[in-house]
Amino acid sequence: MIAPAVALRDVTCRFHTTRALKEGIPAYVAVDQTSLKIANGEFVSVIGPTGCGKSTLLNVTAGLLKPSEGSVEIFGDILRGLNAKAGYMFQADSLLPWRTALENVTLGLEYRRVPAPEATAHAMEWLDRVGLGGFGDRYPHQLSGGMRKRVSLAQMLILDPKILLMDEPFSALDVQTRVLMENELLELWSADRKSVLFITHDLEEAIALSDRVIALSAGPGTHPIGEWAIDLPRPRDIAEIRLAPRFVELHRLIWETMKEEVLKGYVQSQRK
Amino acid sequence: MSKASGNKSGLRGPMLRFWQALLLLVVFAVWQALVVTNVLPKFFFGEPIKVLTRAVTWFTTGTIWPHLATTLLETVLAFVIGATSALVIGLWLALNPTASALTEPYIKAMNSMPRVILAPIFAVWFGLGIWSKVALGITLVFFVVFFNVYQGIREVSPVVLANTRMLGASRSQLLRTVYLPSATSWVLSSLHTAVGMAFVGAVVGEYLGSSKGVGYLILQAEGVFDVNTVFAGILVLTIFALLLDGLVGLVEKRLLVWRPAPAGSEAH
Repeated sequence: MIAPAVALRDVTCRFHTTRALKEGIPAYVAVDQTSLKIANGEFVSVIGPTGCGKSTLLNVTAGLLKPSEGSVEIFGDILRGLNAKAGYMFQADSLLPWRTALENVTLGLEYRRVPAPEATAHAMEWLDRVGLGGFGDRYPHQLSGGMRKRVSLAQMLILDPKILLMDEPFSALDVQTRVLMENELLELWSADRKSVLFITHDLEEAIALSDRVIALSAGPGTHPIGEWAIDLPRPRDIAEIRLAPRFVELHRLIWETMKEEVLKGYVQSQRK
Repeated sequence: MSKASGNKSGLRGPMLRFWQALLLLVVFAVWQALVVTNVLPKFFFGEPIKVLTRAVTWFTTGTIWPHLATTLLETVLAFVIGATSALVIGLWLALNPTASALTEPYIKAMNSMPRVILAPIFAVWFGLGIWSKVALGITLVFFVVFFNVYQGIREVSPVVLANTRMLGASRSQLLRTVYLPSATSWVLSSLHTAVGMAFVGAVVGEYLGSSKGVGYLILQAEGVFDVNTVFAGILVLTIFALLLDGLVGLVEKRLLVWRPAPAGSEAH
């Protein structure tokens, strides 16, 4: 059997705030004893109420954050340092504002010391592929939110990572742009089936995109509370699949489990 | 600044320029009238017409050029050396928490010290030539740029940093593609102040002891109570300070094309 692309084993993340240390309060446990596997080529969405430590899980998988306990395995190897097999798409804007769209896309190739003409040609192809063919010379501030996300997508995919880590990448977009981007993501993904760990708080988005949906409990001490295989046929059209009876059924099923946690999360966010 | 206020008022474009020129003319006319009618003593306040004639003859006879060249050379040297060293030291301290923590109180102390009082020391160290003025200018420029570089490094968004690290940037690549451009953009926005400071350093240095430069001209004129020449010197300095500022504005515009226009200003 091939090792899973990502395997988190009993990962726990604690954060020590300076105040907590001083007053002897126990550390804040963001993620508690979480195990999670993503098979090679699988699209997995992790969904949970706001502030439940979803991003923490992603940062651990990316190697940006070392778990307090537990281990991360990438294709069977224990992860040490940054995860070189993964591309990461952030929720917030992550482009370099002083570089044009094209120069942002070539960034990763530049770090790999690919000769400039080659990198530029390759980046032009990728800009075309994400539908930004004529926009290479624009700076990020001259692009719309959706266009910036496309640049980020090209910036990540040009390096051909085996694993995609996506942290609510489309949450800042308006509904129409979002559906467009989701469809484009699926199309790009189906071309070579990378393993995807997609974080979102939008259940519809999670079901429409994924092979499997994992729901997390409200923080602190987030852990998985349920897992559903999404047996909807592919290729899918995001706008249409939402109307399929099986979609509605899955939605109801998952929502039943999540409702309580969402409420808990809401109460906690109000208390702060 | 002037652009923004101009946009808000009803005056625009050439009309605004006309009224601005007229305002200047009126001020000079009132000054002239007050002096001619002896309301203000000529001895202390000079005569605008004589001030202007003096300034114009400086340029027509060309006597001003060597002095102006000296002052400008000092300004440019002070700016270049001050800004470069501030960029290097700022980068180093911002990326090195230990060194930064160690030197912090001393940098604060040096910044709050009125640095103009260093001029006599620099005159002793570097003589009455241009280098004592350059040194004074450097101490003025350095801190303006230094704090901006420091800020520029500290303000790099953690998301941008994480992103570039995930794209595989090594430490030196991170410095070259993220920290340095970010710091440079902050330096550029402090350029107006920095160039102004370099100019102040040059003129004050000259005024305190020199054999050349516009500050020296003013000092000489003051020595013989030639108020008109003092004012002419001030006039020339002001005009060249404005020119320098305009030049900086051009450089800034060219290098900061990637920056969104500040909120409220008009797109062109």
